[in-house]
Amino acid sequence: MSMLLTLAEVVEAGTKAGSPDLQQIFSTATYIIAGICFILSLKWLSSPTSARRGNIVGEIGMAAAIIGALLQHNIISYEWIITGLVLGTLIGAPLAIWMPMTAVPQRTAFSHACGALAAALVGTAHFYIAANVGPALDHTTMAILCVEVLLGALTFTGSLMAFGKLQEILPQRPITFKGQNYFNFLILGLALATGVVLSINPSMTMLFPLLLVLAMLFGVLLIIPIGGADMPTVIALLNSYAGMSACLMGFVLHNQLLIIAGALDGASGFVLSIIMCKAMNRSFTNVLFGAFGQLQTTAGGPGEKRTVRSGTPEEAAQIMEAAQSVIIIPGYGMAVAQAQHKVREMFDQLTKRGVDVKFAIHPVAGRMPGHMNVLLAEAEIPYDKLIEMDEINGEFPQCDVALVIGANDVVNPAARHDKNSPIYGMPIIDADRARTVYAIKRSKNPGFAGIENELYYLDKTFMLFGDAKAVVGELARQLTEGGGH
Amino acid sequence: MSLFDQFIGHLYVFILAAFLGLSVITRVSPMLHTPLMSLTNAISAISVVAAIEIAGKQESTLATILGTTAVALAFANVVGGFMITDRMLKMFKKREPAAAKH
Repeated sequence: MSMLLTLAEVVEAGTKAGSPDLQQIFSTATYIIAGICFILSLKWLSSPTSARRGNIVGEIGMAAAIIGALLQHNIISYEWIITGLVLGTLIGAPLAIWMPMTAVPQRTAFSHACGALAAALVGTAHFYIAANVGPALDHTTMAILCVEVLLGALTFTGSLMAFGKLQEILPQRPITFKGQNYFNFLILGLALATGVVLSINPSMTMLFPLLLVLAMLFGVLLIIPIGGADMPTVIALLNSYAGMSACLMGFVLHNQLLIIAGALDGASGFVLSIIMCKAMNRSFTNVLFGAFGQLQTTAGGPGEKRTVRSGTPEEAAQIMEAAQSVIIIPGYGMAVAQAQHKVREMFDQLTKRGVDVKFAIHPVAGRMPGHMNVLLAEAEIPYDKLIEMDEINGEFPQCDVALVIGANDVVNPAARHDKNSPIYGMPIIDADRARTVYAIKRSKNPGFAGIENELYYLDKTFMLFGDAKAVVGELARQLTEGGGH
Repeated sequence: MSLFDQFIGHLYVFILAAFLGLSVITRVSPMLHTPLMSLTNAISAISVVAAIEIAGKQESTLATILGTTAVALAFANVVGGFMITDRMLKMFKKREPAAAKH
């Protein structure tokens, strides 16, 4: 911070001396500092101990870049910039302060929409300045600008659709129609063709709004056939797109800070979506065009009527109390019911009795990467108890009780052996290898993907039907009251 | 320097940054994937610098309107992104908070 101040003083002195070049040098220097800060920021995010430092250095980088931008000497008026900054603060800050942690996936989708729209608008403004004021854009720049605007606009509407699904304004099941993929590709093809024509002949300005509309339409069409359970991949992918459009903007405006920051974001989204795809054993194409999560209408499959065994919270509490180790497998159901604080109470009660309690986290549990970790951290569960799937799976044979809270497909043993199952090959948490399994589930209906879960029919499995928050609350109460003996 | 050379220069920057990004991001603990997303979201709102230039240089009314809107949207991500990341990261604690239990 002190370095920034001294630099600012140097510049002030330079401006007084009437040297505009110094201003430019300062501006460039802030951009370089920002670039370094962003890289360090992500590097420090690697572990929870240094992560907050990472966030702070990111803030410093952003502040430096914004100061640098404000000092650009082609800026002639500040009133609209300040208006924008104030408006931005008014939108961003309240959301960040008061939004409940369970709404993090929605907020993320919403902020992708904001970022992408901002990128698309900057591209649009640049296009119209070039067309009406000049200087005219060359073919290459125009082509990149078109891709940038296309990506920005489709990410904008796509993220809004994702937001709608996560907020449950839109149905979570895939919305499909006949020939959907062909139609989508036709729209994308038309948008790309418009871009090509514009690049060859940038003076055909009336084509530009068409490009915007086609891109926004494609964004909607791309996301509506994707089911809620695939949202972790989709959000990561949209994250990547938003970064790439910022990156392309850097190419258009010859701003290398935009290229670096955009590339970092693009890479991050890309890595996350690959991790999510791997965790579901599916390909990008399958996630994007497979309309996964439609009701499985393979009637007559498991014809025989199988029954599940119901347990009571009393029994469950007693068994967990007597156990040496309990592994909890949280899922989207825990998030929906906002049960994380009750889980914490139960965790406290069990730990107090010397029971070893851990959490098994599947990479795609919930609606976005890392969703479960954030919720459990919010409930102040120490993060060294949150164990990744690959690390904890070996512990299940020695585990007395596996407690499944609102997770379904990620604990379905069918993924291991049933080649006909839609989730065949997906890595799962080995809850079925524990000595006893308790599964908290809202209703007897199959889970989101409409797939029967074999885990529930095992001899060692007991179901606890009901809202996750109510059931876990009851478990915690039983444990507290039984604490006397 | 010709425009072509400039683009090649940008391409090099992009390739290096992308590979750096890939290697840095793969090291991020999966536990922190949600904060990672909100942090990168704030960082990619760097487009605010481009928006500031467009809103400030006042080339045309349309451009100023678009620029101002873009400043607001991008800055919302800057403010919101960093704040929510900090809020989340603050929650990740290794041990029980000894006294601070409300």
